[in-house]
Amino acid sequence: MSDTSLIETEALAAINGAADLAALDAVRVAELGKKGRVSGLMKTLGGMSPEERQEMGPKLNALKNRVADAVEARKAVLEDAALEAQLATETLDMTLTPKPEPVGALHPVMQVFEEVAAIFGDMGFAVAEGPDIEDDWHNFTALNFPEGHPARETHDTFFMDAPQGGAPKVLRTHTSPVQIRTMTDQKPPIRIIAPGRVYRNDWDATHTPMFHQVEGLVIEKGIHMGHLKGCLIDFVKAFFEVDEVEARFRPHFFPFTEPSAEMDVKYTKKGETIEIGAGDRWMEILGSGMVHPNVLRNCGIDPDEYQGFAFGMGIDRLAMLKYGMPDLRPYFEADAAWTRHYGFKPWLTPSVSGGLS
Amino acid sequence: MKFPLSWLKDYLATTASLDDILGYMLKAGLEVEEVENPAEDLKAFTICKVKDAQPHPDADKLRVCTVDTVDGEKQIVCGAPNARAGMTAIYAPLGSYIPGLDFSLDKKPRKIRGVESHGMMCSTKELNAGEDHDGIADLDASIALGTPAADALGLDDPVIDFEVTPNRPDWLGVKGIARDLAAAGAGGFIDDPARKVSGSFDCPIDIELDNPEACPVFAGALVRGVKNGPSPDWMQARLNAVGITPKSLLVDITNYISIDRARPLHAYDASKLTGAVRARLGRKGEACEALDGKTYPVTTDMCVIADESGVIGLGGVMGGETTAVSDETTDVFIESAWFDPLRTARTGRTTGIISDARYRFERGVDPQSCVEGVQLAVRLITEYGGGTASKIKVAGEAPRRETPIEFFKRDVARLTGLDVKPANMKKTIKALGFAIEDTGETWLLKVPSWRFDMEQSADIVEEIARLEGYDALPTLSLPTPQGGKRVVTTPIQDRIRTARRTLASRGFLETVTWSFMPKAQAALFGGGEDVLTVANPVASELNQMRPSILGNLASAVQRGSDHGERGLRLFEAGPIYLGDGPKDQRSVVAALVRPQKTRHWQGADAYDVYAAKADLNAVLEALGQPPARFQIGEPRQPHWHPGQAASLKLGPKVTVAHFGALHPRVLKALDVEGPIFAFELNLNALPQMKAKTTKTKPVLDKADLTPIRRDFAFVVKDDVAAGAIIKAATGADKALIAGVDVFDVYQGQGIEPGQKSIAVEVTLQPRGENLKDQDIEAISQKIIAAVAKSTGGVLRG
Repeated sequence: MSDTSLIETEALAAINGAADLAALDAVRVAELGKKGRVSGLMKTLGGMSPEERQEMGPKLNALKNRVADAVEARKAVLEDAALEAQLATETLDMTLTPKPEPVGALHPVMQVFEEVAAIFGDMGFAVAEGPDIEDDWHNFTALNFPEGHPARETHDTFFMDAPQGGAPKVLRTHTSPVQIRTMTDQKPPIRIIAPGRVYRNDWDATHTPMFHQVEGLVIEKGIHMGHLKGCLIDFVKAFFEVDEVEARFRPHFFPFTEPSAEMDVKYTKKGETIEIGAGDRWMEILGSGMVHPNVLRNCGIDPDEYQGFAFGMGIDRLAMLKYGMPDLRPYFEADAAWTRHYGFKPWLTPSVSGGLS
Repeated sequence: MKFPLSWLKDYLATTASLDDILGYMLKAGLEVEEVENPAEDLKAFTICKVKDAQPHPDADKLRVCTVDTVDGEKQIVCGAPNARAGMTAIYAPLGSYIPGLDFSLDKKPRKIRGVESHGMMCSTKELNAGEDHDGIADLDASIALGTPAADALGLDDPVIDFEVTPNRPDWLGVKGIARDLAAAGAGGFIDDPARKVSGSFDCPIDIELDNPEACPVFAGALVRGVKNGPSPDWMQARLNAVGITPKSLLVDITNYISIDRARPLHAYDASKLTGAVRARLGRKGEACEALDGKTYPVTTDMCVIADESGVIGLGGVMGGETTAVSDETTDVFIESAWFDPLRTARTGRTTGIISDARYRFERGVDPQSCVEGVQLAVRLITEYGGGTASKIKVAGEAPRRETPIEFFKRDVARLTGLDVKPANMKKTIKALGFAIEDTGETWLLKVPSWRFDMEQSADIVEEIARLEGYDALPTLSLPTPQGGKRVVTTPIQDRIRTARRTLASRGFLETVTWSFMPKAQAALFGGGEDVLTVANPVASELNQMRPSILGNLASAVQRGSDHGERGLRLFEAGPIYLGDGPKDQRSVVAALVRPQKTRHWQGADAYDVYAAKADLNAVLEALGQPPARFQIGEPRQPHWHPGQAASLKLGPKVTVAHFGALHPRVLKALDVEGPIFAFELNLNALPQMKAKTTKTKPVLDKADLTPIRRDFAFVVKDDVAAGAIIKAATGADKALIAGVDVFDVYQGQGIEPGQKSIAVEVTLQPRGENLKDQDIEAISQKIIAAVAKSTGGVLRG
């Protein structure tokens, strides 16, 4: 066996036998370092004749490359093994719990307000607002409730302490005063909804002294009861997210509409679940009507030129019907368990295109 | 308003079924609340014939009867003393429920003293259908075996209860209901006007009207020689059906006419009257001893009925005790007057009296019905109580509406979209009692005296639409709005939506709490003004409009803690009230946390004032309001901890928010355990975002060069705010300094008492060319100088 093949055999054996990266490096220095054996062999090329060099040059270079490759290969194996060994010491208990983060939720009433606004927004209604503490004129007189009329008595009005000699303000008993504020502030055409808090002095299983309504108002030329009917049926279908709703309108009395109508929808009760749209029973869901000519006149609008309809509905009850809350009272108790159960995920934003709920 | 179906049929000729009648009521706007049929409870009971009745072998008081029933011949043991052979009685089969006794018979025959009994024979009392005193019901022999007991007793008569809307006092009489249902198509209207009464003598009692506005008309008549006793059975049955307890003939007749025709009357014992009967205003110091046994002080606003003895009744509200009819009454004076609705309502509210008369007069009684009321009463009194009647005396004149309504036919289609033929319009209007003068496009309509809700064309449109039926209305979606789609929400509502989602995503539960709070608590939050006090609160603790949401949230958190909730985070987006004017309401977002130190294997964490600040800042960021644009100052509200809370200001005047710890004294008053950390953000106070002319965003200005970071530690007096150091350092070179962040606050060894060390990391962002060492050194010196100048701080050695 020649020197070169012996050196190669020994070098490769040493490389593959290196137990760790330090040992491997020692072998590399011993073979390929400046004073290494393979380097020594390379140096012998200088003393060779051109013919010898032509023959030995490629052989020695190949030898050097093979040794260097072997070093790299071994290095990769040893590094891999070292990483494995290190990883083996780094195991974490992945079943441990992270730091707890509280989970929030949105209140159903506020969510339903947004659902209603999304539906009517799609029909071109803007959102309007008015104050909770109202004067008698906006809450009653302008809405064609004559002073002393029994219709006022049905409202269970909260009165504020009157300032010396002044007329007492009231807590608005309905969102209808926003109709007046809108019609005295802007000119037709008008399409608004007015969501908000309303107040009546009544507190039992089905009434709370504060509750929520959404008022709607459309004042445009040529709008009649057929539009009222179509608009509200469209709304109910969209709100309850059903394809068809069997609805009926009945005459009723509201001082600020003429003609006036209440809307009923068919429903079925299956256990605790209420399904809106069809069934064997009727449920009243809102009051509506053509805006009374006296109301238009009170707001400076000529009833012979402009006409339109208005409606009002209880949001707390709509939320109950859609989402199955059995009782109105916990709405305002800030009860954490109730809110987590009946509340909505923080990022759920109702939209007509993306779905309401 | 309740009425039995049979009573309606006095005025409505119809073959319609109960369900059909209910359908017509719905169509016409009479909202049915309940239908009760006493026959429903009596289905099990039928007429039987007693063939034989023998004494019980072992009991003196019992009889063993052989009875023919629908179920065949039965042996029934009966304890009634009147049980006898040949009797027509009511049979209850085994297993049936006896409503008057509230128990069910056994399903199997029971032995009574050794003799089997296969059912029972009942008294009307046991069927809740009367008051038998002599034992079981003993009915007319002509009633056939097997006839339902309800039929035999005249009880198969559903009673309908419906809501009378305040605009339709004419529905407070059965006749008025029939008129509307006939107009709706339920049948023919039977007018049945009262027949004239020809009195045999002039009424000797004078009627004087002192105030024609309060009482413009008063008709009366005297009936002499009456025998007041029980009213006839049919009248008692009808009164019972509508929930009025029969009293005596004279009282029952006035009540009957009130329900029948919505015409309240009053009957006086004429022997107790002294001098003329006078309708006048009350006088100071007067009182009325009313029929309900109470004495009411009279005010000068009330219309009273008086004679020479003084006040003998409150007009339109309640009669007086001193002149009331009794069983001994023989001469009765009938009052049929008209009282002003508003004044009657006021008298009713002042006295608190609730009566059928008040209910009708304050809504409006037909002023033309005074004479008819007397006629009806006199007829019934003389028919059932005998006596002779005087001629009718009428004082004053009934108010009469002269101006007709101008009705435009085209309004029907214009307002409702209905296509109604003029002939049909005319038919409906006539059926309701209007007189029509047809002048072509417009009709002049004379309003019937019983309608107070008819003013203008739109009112007539409603009459036509409802009687055509709303089912006939077209169904049209709204046309696309003129001018295209607009932004639909207000800026405040957008802010509420964003704030709600930000807080919910940060672990807060949304609440909706009362707009009210206790007045004493409101004062702790800077409120409590009298103009924001509810005069008639539903509960004493809900008597003040809230000046802040935090009180309600703090109480809610305490309730949650009491139920074992830990670390509760609550928020509410809603109104607060700073005054009673229309612009004094604010929309705020309030968030509140009861911190709970969490035990965790990685170490404990607790919510604190800075966490509250972080939540507030997160909301501001989400609203597009960078927190850095606001200044932090002392709290400006009394409910905050003086040293651990702050206001967030925009300039010296505008406060947009408060955050920090609530004042321990306030928490103590609320009975809430502290500490509580919170913020309240006034959404109205935030600056409006400027409307941009374009949606295009500005070009990105991204710095390509690597930022350089340098640390500085300053020693300052311990009352120097970190914010002052940040502000000074940031201002040292606004072009280069991109950020200043506090990373250490230290007091203790190495720092003199009364001083502290605040360490900041300053980020320098070079642009164009990299900073050389001497540039960095120069900026460092500027920073040190700026901090020294504004805070007295020196670089820590």
